Order: sequence, then structure tokens, then C-alpha cells
Amino acid sequence: MKSMEAARLTEGAELKRFMDGLLQRSTAEQTEVMVTEWDSALTRFANNGIHQNVAERNAQVRVRVVKDGRTGVASVNQMDERAANDVLRRAIEIAALQPKAEVVPMPGPAPSREADAWSSATADATPEERAEFVATICNRAEKAGLKAFGAFSTSAGQLAIGNSLGVFHQHRGTQATVNSVVMGDAGSGYADRGAIDVAQLNKDELAEEVIEKAKRNQNAQPIEPGVYEVVLEEYAVAEMLEFMSYIGFSALAAQEERSFMRHGERITGDAVSIWDDGLDPSGLPAPFDFEGVPKQRVDLIKNGVASGLVYDMQTATREGRASTGHGLPAPNTDGPFAVNLFMQPGATPKAELASEIKRGIWVTRFWYVRIVQPKASIITGMTREGTFLIEDGRITRPVKDLRFTQSMLEALEGTLAISRGTKLQIGEFIGASRVPALRLKAFTFTS
Amino acid sequence: MKDIAEAALNAAQVKGAGYADVRVDERVQQDLVVKNGQLAAVSDDASQGFGVRVLVDGAWGFAGSDRLEKAEVEEVVARAVRIARASARVRSKPVDLGPPVTSRGTYRTPVERDPFTVSLSEKVDVLMRADQAMGSVKDVRTREGSMEFIRQRKLFASTEGAWTEQDLYESGAGIEATATSPDDVQSRSYPNSFGRHQGSGGFEFITALELDKHGERIGEEAVALLTAVQCPSGIKTLILDASQVGLQIHESCGHPTELDRVFGMEAAYAGTSFMTPEKLNHLRYGSPKVTITADALTPTGLGTFGWDDEGIPAQRSHLVKEGLFVGYLTSRETASVLGQQSNGTMRADGWNRIPLIRMTNVSLEPGDTSLEQMIADTKDGVYMETNRSWSIDDRRLNFQFGTQLAYEIVAGKRGRMLKNATYAGITPEFWNSCDAVAGRAEWKVWGLANCGKGQPPQVAHVAHGAAPARFQNVKVGILK
Repeated sequence: MKSMEAARLTEGAELKRFMDGLLQRSTAEQTEVMVTEWDSALTRFANNGIHQNVAERNAQVRVRVVKDGRTGVASVNQMDERAANDVLRRAIEIAALQPKAEVVPMPGPAPSREADAWSSATADATPEERAEFVATICNRAEKAGLKAFGAFSTSAGQLAIGNSLGVFHQHRGTQATVNSVVMGDAGSGYADRGAIDVAQLNKDELAEEVIEKAKRNQNAQPIEPGVYEVVLEEYAVAEMLEFMSYIGFSALAAQEERSFMRHGERITGDAVSIWDDGLDPSGLPAPFDFEGVPKQRVDLIKNGVASGLVYDMQTATREGRASTGHGLPAPNTDGPFAVNLFMQPGATPKAELASEIKRGIWVTRFWYVRIVQPKASIITGMTREGTFLIEDGRITRPVKDLRFTQSMLEALEGTLAISRGTKLQIGEFIGASRVPALRLKAFTFTS
Repeated sequence: MKDIAEAALNAAQVKGAGYADVRVDERVQQDLVVKNGQLAAVSDDASQGFGVRVLVDGAWGFAGSDRLEKAEVEEVVARAVRIARASARVRSKPVDLGPPVTSRGTYRTPVERDPFTVSLSEKVDVLMRADQAMGSVKDVRTREGSMEFIRQRKLFASTEGAWTEQDLYESGAGIEATATSPDDVQSRSYPNSFGRHQGSGGFEFITALELDKHGERIGEEAVALLTAVQCPSGIKTLILDASQVGLQIHESCGHPTELDRVFGMEAAYAGTSFMTPEKLNHLRYGSPKVTITADALTPTGLGTFGWDDEGIPAQRSHLVKEGLFVGYLTSRETASVLGQQSNGTMRADGWNRIPLIRMTNVSLEPGDTSLEQMIADTKDGVYMETNRSWSIDDRRLNFQFGTQLAYEIVAGKRGRMLKNATYAGITPEFWNSCDAVAGRAEWKVWGLANCGKGQPPQVAHVAHGAAPARFQNVKVGILK
């Protein structure tokens, strides 16, 4: 039975033959083929029991052609010869039907480093193993008189890109993620974990954290909104970084004058350094982007100074420079995207981040964050599942969730301490961030 | 399609499923983007596959595959059954689906012009003309227009005897102009924001939008916003345009009336709901002006279909009646807990996902006044138009919305343009402060193609019928 659950991905040489055949049959001047393939499963639980439990196998073959200054893109989720010929024909037809436009150049061959992101334990994970993991959380919650909710996912996938200029890259990776909310009658707690190797997810440690948080977060009382000193746990910091990436770190946002980045200027506190590194094994490594360009490390904010942006082929060509390997799949009008973010840790143990705060707020995580003013880096959102009052260096009581409306740069300007440890936060759709927890001087809660 | 469905149901029964359903799905999608006078993207995407949902020992299992082959059917069904048996190890109560569903038939979205037979050059021409109109305004920094067309052929069959086949079409388009200054970015879009306004229907939906007639106006408004006055803070009378009322319904009524959320099935992700069962038929959700329906029969709505993904026929039901909370959006499993029957809101975003309770066309029924009259009756207020940001807590109570454009209202007249307008509130307080809703003439169905829910994440296409509405004593403007 075990073999049936093993992730079913096309073998490497067969995949290359399929892609080479497609490239050879193309009549376009330039052709790019991208294949993504994945096999994933997710076990979802609520009220201390599994209520949804799913698995899927899927693929996508995406073809981009350039012919006579015109570009066409088509995709299909079938990997047989007939479907491949059909998707190639459609891409060429689309190109032929449209006016000449700016062509996004395809990259030439360049070596990419290997990035080990594969775990057989994750790829072979069974529904019984997921159920056992979930049962541990549910049983422990039930014993504590609480209810557990959440999802445990294991997946394996591969990405391969080839083009008619000689590029061919292939990368396989696995991911295991679990998140849980545990509720009592008057409050809840949250915890999540993510790793390449499912064996690294410790169910007891996760259960301990989420149950303990839920116990402490009962009967929260309202607190007056206002400007508070805060400690943001890693969950909240990662979300903030993802929004900074979305609205600020892209070269397209800068070229269109939408970005908050002001190159060479100090935009945050000195202690803040943020970079993107697709090859760091402590993140979720992926050695090349969706255009087939090897990923480069990019320093985005260095010691508080705006120092770099991420580029794809289009934005790089406009500035006469090289792509940094942050392109998204074609056709892409959203620009490049930094998806392997890191924030420099500090020297303070996380448990001591609150110790010098006279009166402040401890935030476990954010919820429903949205952009209010991109250029001023202002976002709004709610706190969720663990907001606490800090008094005289100690967490004293839970408070009702608060809405914040805050400039991210202004918040980071007041960085007072950074935790020594970091945590890997795997994104919901793409990429991951490795971040510390932060103590910030001022954070504006509006209701 | 038919062979795959029959084989899947047979295999599920042989392997011990007490109930099984299968969806075989074929979807094509075309997307176009014109940016700054250039055709920036055209893509043509196709996806097909099947998904099998089984109940074994009272617990759910689901598996799906892109491989439409008989051998794969056996493997996928075996996987779904094995997953269900694993679910049964950690379940509380066995699932009860209520009475059997035996719907049979076919449905096709009414389409005047099949968008997949309209030439690419005609589509590009529509976007280029709108782009030129936006480009006629000096100081517009970025112009973007997009279109999307979807055709989905879906077969649903179950071991209870249901067998429905649907051919669903969607068409959508939108344009946006952005102006920048060294310290500001302002955008205006039409007909709605975040990409497009979308509906069920054919190319006639695009033609009716008349994108080119609105390009110059939104360009001028984007530029004017750069120097507009900051929206003041205070407690004011608020008038919302119909599209923003649509999003307000979505976030503060649509989501909290999803019965799976109420039962905690989304607690670790999308959240729960303040509209718990003891409040049903008791909670004064809004003022008597507020009647909200879920209607999967609304013409051009993105939540319009023949049957949902459990085979329940499309229908209309009340969520709020003259201010009183009277109903939920339900599935077979959740409705049976309340002793009800499903009102047909289960939809998956593809063959590879299970259906979840999703909004259909959740609409504020029209009132008896007009936007013009509402403004004339307002002494000190703000009019806001077209969403720019939205955020609401996990129980759907504490919200804050921002809009692209606003005007002050002074002594019954529209005054200065305001920028960075926001308003905030608590759901029942807000809807109870509603004292006017415009009538049928200003009521429109707004398509929303980006509603996220579920793990793994799913994106639903839903709609909201809405007209401009007025609210009293609202907290407006939180920025300096």
C-alpha cells in the first residue's frame, strides 16, 4: 500500500525528452517550455476530528513562443504528445494573431547550483501518517478541554524549464506544513510549522505551543486603541515581509514609481537587514526562476538602507542589466517577485523581547492584511489568536484582537530588539520567509 | 467524460463507499492584458481532470487526477477510499447528508456571442481603444486593461443517481489608470477594481461595459486625486456606491452566513462567524431597509448555475429579511445538522478540489430612493466609490474598507474630491445604521472573481446585486 501513496512525478530523463521534443517541433523563432507537476495531499481537522481529507495529482505544460516580434502563451495540464502538439499550435496561433509588442527576452544558458529540497519521507507520506499526526493534536486538545482545528499537508513537485536557446533546468522539492488553531470557550491560540522534511515537524512541540497559547488567551478584555510598543512573533513578521516584497521589492514597482524603496537612503532602523536568497538551504531553496534564470542573492535592505531590488528578464532589459532570477511564469504583467526572504536575526532571546517593555502589546499573528497606501508602506489588518498586554516586562493578560493601520517602514524604523532565533514560514502560494521575532517601539492600533 | 464518471462510481461502490460522487471537468480560459498601449499578455489555458469524493465509515475522502484514463480511475478511487478510512480514525460524528439527491438534466449559461468565437483582434481592439482614452490624459503614469473568458464543461454524478451536465461561460473586463507623484500613488478603475468586472455570459457582457467611454474620466480622476484633499476623520453620514456596497455584503454578510464557517470548519484558516445558530431568527442584523438574498438564478451573476456541486438545484433564499437574520448558505452535510435541506451553495473551483459552501449571488434587495436623493438629504457626509482596500476580522465583525475616490457632501451637495478615504465599523451596528437604499434603476450585479477560502486554497467566482446605500454615524477616515 505504501507505494500507492508515493508522489507520482515524471522521471527526469523522460521529462527532458518530452520537453526537447516540443522545442524541436516548434516553428517559432524562440520557444520556451515550462513543466510543473505536483502530487499533494492535505488532511484538515475541526472540532477535534478530521472533516476534509484530499489528494491530487496534476501538471501544467506552459509554452511561450516568440515569432516575428509577437509573443503567444498557452498551457494544458496533459503531458501526452497530442496535448503537447496542441498547446504548441495554440501558442503559435495566438502569437500570429496579435500586433507586434515589446518582447520579453528569453535567457541563454547559465549554470545553476543544485538545491536540495527533497525528502522521500514527505513524498511518501501516507494518509494514515497524517491522521496520526492530527490525532495527537486533537487528543491533547480534548484532554485540555479544548478543540483543535487545522490542516496538515504533504506535497511533492517538480519544475522544469527549457528554451530554444539551450536552457534546461529541473528542480524537485517537497513541503510539509501544518497549522493549528486551538479554541476554548473564550479564546484561541495558533501555531504552525513548515519544513522540507516531514520528519522535522514535531507534533508534540506544536501541540504544546498551540494549546498553551489557547489556555493563556481566554477571556480577553478590550484595551484602548492607540500607539503601543509591541513584540511581533515570527508569524506576524513574516506576513509583514511578504507585503513589503509585494509592494516594494520589485523592480517593476520601482520603475512604475509605486515602490516605497528609495535606493541608497536609510528607510528603516540600522538593525534591519532583509535579503532574498533562493539557494539558502535554511529556507525553501529553488535554484532558478520561472524564466529559467539562476537565482542570485539580493540584499534588499542592508543595515536600514534600501540597497537592491529583484529583477526579471523584462525589468532587467529595460535597465540594461541582468535578471536576478526572480521572474514569474509567462505571461506576467505583475513583475518580478522576491519569494525567498530572510531577515537578519539579533542577539535577544525571544523570551526576553518583552522584558524591558513597560506597557505594550504582544502580537502572535496578523490576519487579513491589506495595503492602504503602497508608497507610504501603510497596511491595515487585525491581530488574531493571541494578543496580550505587556506590563513591566511581563505578559499580564490577553486583550481583544485589535485593528492596526501602520506604515511598515515607520514600524521598522523603531526596531529596538530582534530575536536570536529565526523561524521558517512557508507561504500559502509560493516561497518562504525565515524571520526572527521583533520588538518595535511604536505600532498604531486604530480600533 | 461519461465513461470516467461511470467507472469511478462503480469502483467506489465496489471498494466499499457508502456514498460517492464524481466530477469530470474540462475548462478553458483566455486572458488578455493591454498595458501602456502594448498587448502585454495573451494566454490560453486548458485544464481537465476528475475528482472523486467518497464517504466510508461516515468519513470523507477525496482524490483527483489530471489523467483521464480508466486505469487511473481505479487508482484515484482507491486513494480516495483509503483517505476516507484514515479520516474515520479521527472523526467525531459520522457525516449525515440528509435526503438523497437525484437531480438529472443539462444547463447552459445563456450566451449571445460565444467569447471563444470572437477574434483576438476584436478583443484587443476593445482594450486598445480604452487604453487610448486613458492615455489622452496627461500625467497618467500607467494604464492597464484586461479581459478574461472561461468555459467550463462539468459533469456531476453520484451513487444516489444524480447526473447533471453543465456548460458554464464567464466573460469579464476592466481598465485602470494610475497617476504618481514623488510621494503618492493614486489609481482609478472601471467598472470595478482589482482587475475586472465579470459575469456569466458571452462577449455581449464586454460590449455592454463600453470601456472606451470611461477611459478618459478615470484617467482624469486618477490625476486629480494626487492633489485632492485628504479624507477627514470623524463620525459622518456615509454613502457608498453600488460596487462598494457589493463588497460590504460579501465580507460582512456573505462570509458570516456560510454554515461551514459557523460550525468551525474554516476556523484555522478563513475563520469563524459571529452569526451563530442561536441568533437565527433572533438577531437584528440590519435596519428594516436591509433584505439580503442568496439567488443562484440571477441573470449574469457569477454565482448562477443549474445545480451546485452536490447536485442541488439553483435556488433563491433569504439570509436577512427586513433586517432580521433568517438564513444560512448551506451544504447537505451542514444543513442536516440544523434539520434543514441544502440551499445549493456547494462549489469547487475545479476538478481537483472538494466543493465548499460558497456564496452564489448574495444581494442587497433594492430600496425606494436614489443616489441623487440620498445626497440631497445629507447635511454632513462622505460619498465613497470603488474599493481600494478591504479587511475584516476572522469572525466578520470588525471591518475597515478604503475606496479609490470620495467626495465630501455638504448641505445636500457634492463638494470637494477626497483621497485615501476609509471607513470602519462593526457589522450589525453598521447595517442597522442603513437608512436608505437606492431603487432598482441603480441596482446592478457585481461580479467578484477573487473570493478565497479553504485549504488547499480555492478561489470562487461570486456576485452581489447592490445599489448605492446610505449609513449613519460611521467612523470615516483614520489617516492623517
